Amino acid sequence: MIKKVLTATALAGMMMAAAGAAQARDQIRIVGSSTVFPFSTTVAETFGKTTGFKTPVVESTGSGGGMKLFCSGVGIEHPDITNASRRIKASEYEKCTKNGVSITEVKIGFDGIVLANSKQSDRLTLTKKQIFLALAKQVPVNGKMVDNPYQNWSDIDKGLPNSKIEVLGPPPTSGTRDAFVELAMEGGAKKFESLKALRKSDKKAFKAIAHTIREDGAYVEAGENDNLIIQKLEANPKAVGIFGFSFLDQNADKIQGSIVEGAEPTFENIAAGDYGVSRSLYFYVKKEHVGSVPGIEEFVKAFTSENAWGDEGYLADKGLIPLPAADRELIKNSARGLTSLSM
Amino acid sequence: MTDNTPHIETGPLEINQALLKKRNAREIRFRLYGLSAVLTAIMVLCLLLTSIISKGYTAFEQTYILIDVRLDTETIDPKGTNRLEDLAAASYKSLLRAALREQFPGIEGRREKRQLYGILGTSADYDVRDAVLDNPKLVGTTATIAVKASDDVDSYFKGYISRDVPEDNRKVKDLELIWLDTFQADDRIIKKFNVDFFTNGDSREPEEAGILGAVIGSLYTLAITLALCFPIGVLTAIYLEEFAPTNRWTDIIEVNINNLAAVPSIVFGLLGLAIFLNFFGLPRSAPLVGGMVLALMTLPTIIIASRAALKAVPPSIREAALGIGASRMQTVFHHVLPLAMPGILTGTILGMAQALGETAPLLMIGMVAFIADIPSSMGDAATVLPVQIFLWADSPERGFVEKTSAAIMVLLAFLVVMNAIAVILRKRFERRW
Repeated sequence: MIKKVLTATALAGMMMAAAGAAQARDQIRIVGSSTVFPFSTTVAETFGKTTGFKTPVVESTGSGGGMKLFCSGVGIEHPDITNASRRIKASEYEKCTKNGVSITEVKIGFDGIVLANSKQSDRLTLTKKQIFLALAKQVPVNGKMVDNPYQNWSDIDKGLPNSKIEVLGPPPTSGTRDAFVELAMEGGAKKFESLKALRKSDKKAFKAIAHTIREDGAYVEAGENDNLIIQKLEANPKAVGIFGFSFLDQNADKIQGSIVEGAEPTFENIAAGDYGVSRSLYFYVKKEHVGSVPGIEEFVKAFTSENAWGDEGYLADKGLIPLPAADRELIKNSARGLTSLSM
Repeated sequence: MTDNTPHIETGPLEINQALLKKRNAREIRFRLYGLSAVLTAIMVLCLLLTSIISKGYTAFEQTYILIDVRLDTETIDPKGTNRLEDLAAASYKSLLRAALREQFPGIEGRREKRQLYGILGTSADYDVRDAVLDNPKLVGTTATIAVKASDDVDSYFKGYISRDVPEDNRKVKDLELIWLDTFQADDRIIKKFNVDFFTNGDSREPEEAGILGAVIGSLYTLAITLALCFPIGVLTAIYLEEFAPTNRWTDIIEVNINNLAAVPSIVFGLLGLAIFLNFFGLPRSAPLVGGMVLALMTLPTIIIASRAALKAVPPSIREAALGIGASRMQTVFHHVLPLAMPGILTGTILGMAQALGETAPLLMIGMVAFIADIPSSMGDAATVLPVQIFLWADSPERGFVEKTSAAIMVLLAFLVVMNAIAVILRKRFERRW
């Protein structure tokens, strides 16, 4: 009994000590999107090396998970910065405001979502309409919505290869998937007159059609690990994978990006806005923590320096597609001035 | 009663022989099944190990380029103090870049210069600095210093990047190949044992990334786990086995402990998040919390193993001790526990080995994170070995493929050592009755 009491006291003591240590945090904590993770960590590492501050801790929780942690309150137990591969939602903004969090939004660049296949096969040339027809659960045939009947790419268009539709892509929890359905699938669905009309009359019903990916085995959820998808593409030249541009950039000797709406997913095309399936990346700063956690302002400064996010910056080497110079200047000023976001 | 003895006829014996043949054949078949099962297991294990080792052994080597750097006194130590602090603070990057430009004159234009500087690793200037700090007399001379090559160059020399691929799709461009060929022709490309892999923390640059942060994090975490679950687990086992009455309550406890041993580990992570982080307000990503969560997960394993070990001590030992007047506590601590200890330790080490390989519960408490600094206390942010493997496996840079396999090798080495200790303890101290 005495021993148990002793153990309990020791445990409690340890917790107190740790809680005491946590009272003053001297390390920035960042959470959020797995797409922004490679960029955020690179800046964090350089920041830790070149300044006297500790290297920030970066957690990859996904955009939604990051927002949830970020907006849950003010205080050292909550993160200082969250990364997102989409803009903050109104509901998340409300939650933040309710919990006394005011935020500064920083747009950092673009990311292209590519459809790629192995170099052993021919490069695909697709339109958004074809992507929608290949992947949607329900498609319009002769004016009626039916379960997707297309099994081969050539069923959709004679110009496409006569091979089975087999697409490896991210699961619904992923921000990449959100962006893909929004940009590619919805863009394709809009090309149908009937669906376009539906969009005007009943937006919800339209989204249900445009955002639902088929579940008959043609689309395979391959998990969040994009390296795994690339290995599978190599093993199966007929398959097509969906992932972020940085993975295509790093593996350009093995896989090729499909041409979508006439534009190849290259660094230049995405930066110029010619490649249609691209999205903006953000991070959000908790203003209440500036001053109490050392280094936040300096971190924002490091992230928004030309050396990092510029055309020739080290983030471009990691696959981030920079914003146009004028936008960078504008966002840099608002970020460094910690301008509050209002929605 | 002698006429009751059954006499054997030849007929049934023949039938028996047929049956015997069948039974023997069945036994041989069964043995073959067993043998093939073992062989399959061994083959799969070999396949796994071969794939890991063949991908990972190159990570223990790092490509260096020998470069003649003019260690200009003006830049390094303009005041001529010759103090180590002053030498350490100098800008070696500019010296290194000047040396590269000198080696390949005629490189004009920002893009090409960038490309040229890019063949060296991001912290190549530290290699020069360390060389100067090792031997301050080099200042003012031109020294040949081995500096780290970038991850792409490293991959090229390790044969992961082929020259035959068209330039557009190759990470090492034609121009860089020309430079590298020049270096190679001069015997300036050398490979060294990759010390940094064992002394650095995590990094986004494959050539800089090391495993020390994760190893230290794992050690802190396991220390906390052991400190918590060994005393609690063993005391629980002793109480339940030696002192507790057998009634419905102890039955319920026993069933619950057995159930807990089978609960998926992520559940313990959620529990840790709810209790340790949200309720007690302990820091996120800290080995302290990780250790506590893993202790919860390991406790049932240790309790079950300890109870089995205590049960295996014959009752005669207890009766003899009680018979000569020892109290029940004396019986347990002087006689039963020492005899059960090898079994308890084996169970504990196996539980620890399981905790070492766990990532799922740590995900919930923020230990799956990019942490470059090497943790210096149990409250610092840290990650652990399996998490490091997961993070590297998920990185886009090609250089991390070999690092991933190398980290798996390190983790396997730890597991093999721990399991070997368990086997040795059992062999050495186990008593058979």
